[in-house]
Parts: sequence; structure tokens; C-alpha cells
Amino acid sequence: MVKFLPLKQAVAENLKDGDSVAFEGFTHLIPTAAAHEAIRQGFRDLTLIRMTPDLIYDQMIGMGMAKKIVFSYVGNPGVGLLRRARDAIENGFPRSLEIEEHSHAGMANAYEAGAAGLPCAVFRGYRGAGLAAVNPNIKSVTCPFTGEVLAAVPSIRPDVTFIHAQKADRKGNVLVEGIIGIQKEAVLAAKRAVVTVEEVVDNFDDLHPNLTVLPRWTIAAISVVPGGSHPSYAHGYYARDNAAYLEWDEIAADRDKFLAWMQANVIEKSADDFESRVEHLRKAA
Amino acid sequence: MNENPDFTPNEMMTIAASRALRNDDVCFVGIGAPSAACNVARLTHAPDITLIYESGTIGTAPDVLPLSIGDGELCETAITTVAVPEMFRYWLQGGRISIGFLGAAQLDKFGNINTTVIGDYFHPKTRLPGGGGAPEIATSSKEIYITMAQTKRGMVEKIDFFTSFGHGEGGDHRKRLGIDTAGPTLLITDLAIWKPDPVSKEFTVVSLHPGVTRQQVKDTCGWAVKFAEALDETPAPSELELKTLRDLQARTKAAHEGTGKAKAA
Repeated sequence: MVKFLPLKQAVAENLKDGDSVAFEGFTHLIPTAAAHEAIRQGFRDLTLIRMTPDLIYDQMIGMGMAKKIVFSYVGNPGVGLLRRARDAIENGFPRSLEIEEHSHAGMANAYEAGAAGLPCAVFRGYRGAGLAAVNPNIKSVTCPFTGEVLAAVPSIRPDVTFIHAQKADRKGNVLVEGIIGIQKEAVLAAKRAVVTVEEVVDNFDDLHPNLTVLPRWTIAAISVVPGGSHPSYAHGYYARDNAAYLEWDEIAADRDKFLAWMQANVIEKSADDFESRVEHLRKAA
Repeated sequence: MNENPDFTPNEMMTIAASRALRNDDVCFVGIGAPSAACNVARLTHAPDITLIYESGTIGTAPDVLPLSIGDGELCETAITTVAVPEMFRYWLQGGRISIGFLGAAQLDKFGNINTTVIGDYFHPKTRLPGGGGAPEIATSSKEIYITMAQTKRGMVEKIDFFTSFGHGEGGDHRKRLGIDTAGPTLLITDLAIWKPDPVSKEFTVVSLHPGVTRQQVKDTCGWAVKFAEALDETPAPSELELKTLRDLQARTKAAHEGTGKAKAA
């Protein structure tokens, strides 16, 4: 049953060295505060799963926490490349990194299959695509009814999933709205799920009955972290910090500059620092 | 590069690309140049066009161009926003997209695209972001439009990796792989408009932008360029098209620069 915990404790209780872990949120609601807490606690040998690794996995890879990444787009959206991830893939720095690369359709289907308790996902994909030749987890099955050859990938079943959401009610039910991405599937596919939220409200009684709500018994722990997805955004709370994404390109381009930035902005900070980072972004949301 | 100082080659590219879109199209929009072209179309001759971004926003009408495919503006102005698995399963795989609009880092003459690696996949010289939604956009959309600025490094005889499949080796290669959609039917560069030869499927120049010479097209393309017998000249941008594009870019610039000044560094 869900527990409300300080983020430090929620991460310590649910993540272990060697885990496969998904920090999900498709551009929107990226759980940055949770990722930074994991960085401060110094986990090792993680298999990091995320459709779009984004800044948080660039940071975790740059800090040497990952032994493998599973992904479908390893770029800085709208800006260019993820330079710490590149350094790991191209030069094995700071350690070699195993990669398992899919398309978005492949990962989305694999998460959905994980949530559905299936061993694999079947879909029409990867036709003529080079990934099928370099990723041994992309296979094919033949439809027993029509004979059509379809792509098959193993379902994604993380040990733990972290997401950020707009709000929880006092009982611990969680609401996600806006670009809902893959969060629901990533939570239901995982053995354990930890959610950071912008705020806690008394109840969800007055809301539309079809909003995306994760019942409290699907979640292990909730932490209240206002601003916790910065520089991503929280629909209805604050806007995406596009300038921070542009700046990241420069910070991550240099190994020493990166480490200095991580020391000042992650290692020496806490979850409480996120609220002030989104102050100037609130009016626009 | 063009004799008319009133517009740049990139503006011509975006506007020429926007003209290819119709009011009743359902267009899956790639980020960057395709996004600008699609929104110029929406703001000029195709006000009812359905623009879809892979973050799940359907029928979006952003006031500024998004930096990412998941900016809040896309959701706020959309008819509806669906989960990412639904986007790829029901809407793309389900055959509801008329045009997939893609950019490219590397492109060959058959419309195959590489955005994955330069060099060997396992020992890359440069690791690029990868495909995202493109591998399935390329095969499940009814048609594919591609837009990119011409360079010898970008338009190559042989791409390093097949991120998304165009016409493969040409001819009926798509059909042989069981792909029943049309694939790339249009390429718009900063210099010209290209269409695939009906049989070989090799991209052929059908229209030069105003002031552009055949030699300029050849000098910035890594494969031996073929030209159609009847070569058109692309109409220059109209005042409305130029104003629409420039206003959109000015709003976008102001919005993206204005959000991050006070953040902790």
C-alpha cells in the first residue's frame, strides 16, 4: 500500500544497485527530482529504461551509474545530441555502456505489453529498418490467422518505475493530465512504482470521471516535490524551461564542466531546491 | 545563392514544403523543418489540416513552434491528446495518417534516411539521436514527404544506417518487404523540389527554386543528380507566405529565449 515519504527515503527504499529502472515522462513530467536523488545516493550498475533518455539519463550516464540503456531516441529534443551519452557510447567514458535501441513504437508497445502482463508485444514495425539487424531483441512472428509477418519485442518489466505527476489525493491516488505519454503503462509494468507530485489535494471528487488516475494500490511511495520535473514541465503548473535545454548542450559538451555543474546543482542540492527553479516559469503554464 | 534578395533559400524550402500539404491532410509532424512547414500551411492555405505530433497531440494548432515534440503548447491547442502507445497503435499503425513529414541527417537517392549513426553502429564515429518514431512513420503513413537543406554530407550515395526505410534499393523493394504504403513521394530542399521516378523510384529534380542553377543542385548533392525533362521553376514565396513564416519564427524565438533567464546555474 502506498506510503507518503520524503523523496530521499522513497528512493532509498525502492531502488537498488543493479536494478532495471524506468524514469518515464514523454517530454512532459520528467521525474528530474527523483533522478537527482538517485544520483546523490550513488547507485551503480543500473539498466536505465526510457524512450527519450533526455537530460536525466545524460546526467546518470555521465556520473557512471548505468551499465545499460534501453531507449528509442537518445537526443536533446529540439536541440541536438546528448553529449554524455555520446561520450559513453563512442568512447566508453566514464564506463562502457551496453545499448538496446528500439523505435518509439517498439518501446510504447513493449511498455503496454508489460502493463498487460504479456511476455512480448506484437505490432507492425521495423520493416526495412536497420535496428532489426543490430538489436537481437527485435524478432518477428507470423499471424496465425492472416499469415502477416509482424514485429515482436519482449515486454518491458522494470524493477522500479519513477514518474512525476500533477497531484495525489490524501489517500494516495495519483492524477496525470496533459501529455500523458507512457506513464500509466510504465507504472503498471513495474514491480514497484514511486511517484513525485506537485501537490496533494483533499480528494478528486469534482474531476472528470475519465481522467488518468493511478489507484493508490498501484504505487509504492509518493513524495511531494513541487517543481520536481524541471527543466521539463508540469501542465497546469509551470512551462518547459527550453532555455535550460539549450544551455545543457554546452554544459554536457565538456567532461569537467559537466562534473562541476553536477556538483553544484545536484550533489550539493536537495529535492527542496526544485520549487525555486520553476518560479519564473509558472505564469506561462 | 538566389538572385532575389527578398527571401533566403531556407525560407523558400519551408514555404515550398508548406504548399505540398492539403487542407484535408492528417499529417504526422517531425520536429524542425517539417514542423515549420506544417504550421505555415495551417496558417495560410490549409487552416483545417490535422497536425499530429508523436507525443500524442492530435489536431494541434500551436501559436509558436515547439522546441520539442512534447511542448505544452501542443497539448493546450490540440483537439485531444492521447497516450503514446495509442498514438502509435491506433492512429499511426491503424492507417489514419495521410502524410508523414520527416527531416533527415543523411538521405540517399531512394529516400532512405539515417538519423542513427555516422560510421559503424557498434563503433560509431558519431552517435546521432536515432529514429524515435520515424521507422514506423516511414512505413505506416500513406505517403512520406522529406525536407532538408542540401549538403554533400547530408545527401549521400550510401547511408551509414537504415533508420527508416524509403524505397530501399529502388523499384518495388517496399512491396517485396510487405510494405503497402507509398513511401517517399516528395523531397523539398533549399534548392529544388524532387519526386521519385515512377519506376526506379530514384529522386529526380522536377522544379528549381527561383535563381537556382542545375550546377548548384549538383554541387551540393552526393549522388549523380537526375533532372526531369520538363523542369519547372518553383513560384517565389508570396508576401503572405513570407510574413506568416517570419512572424511564426519571431514569436518562436521570443518564446524560447524568454523562459530560462532566472534559473539556477
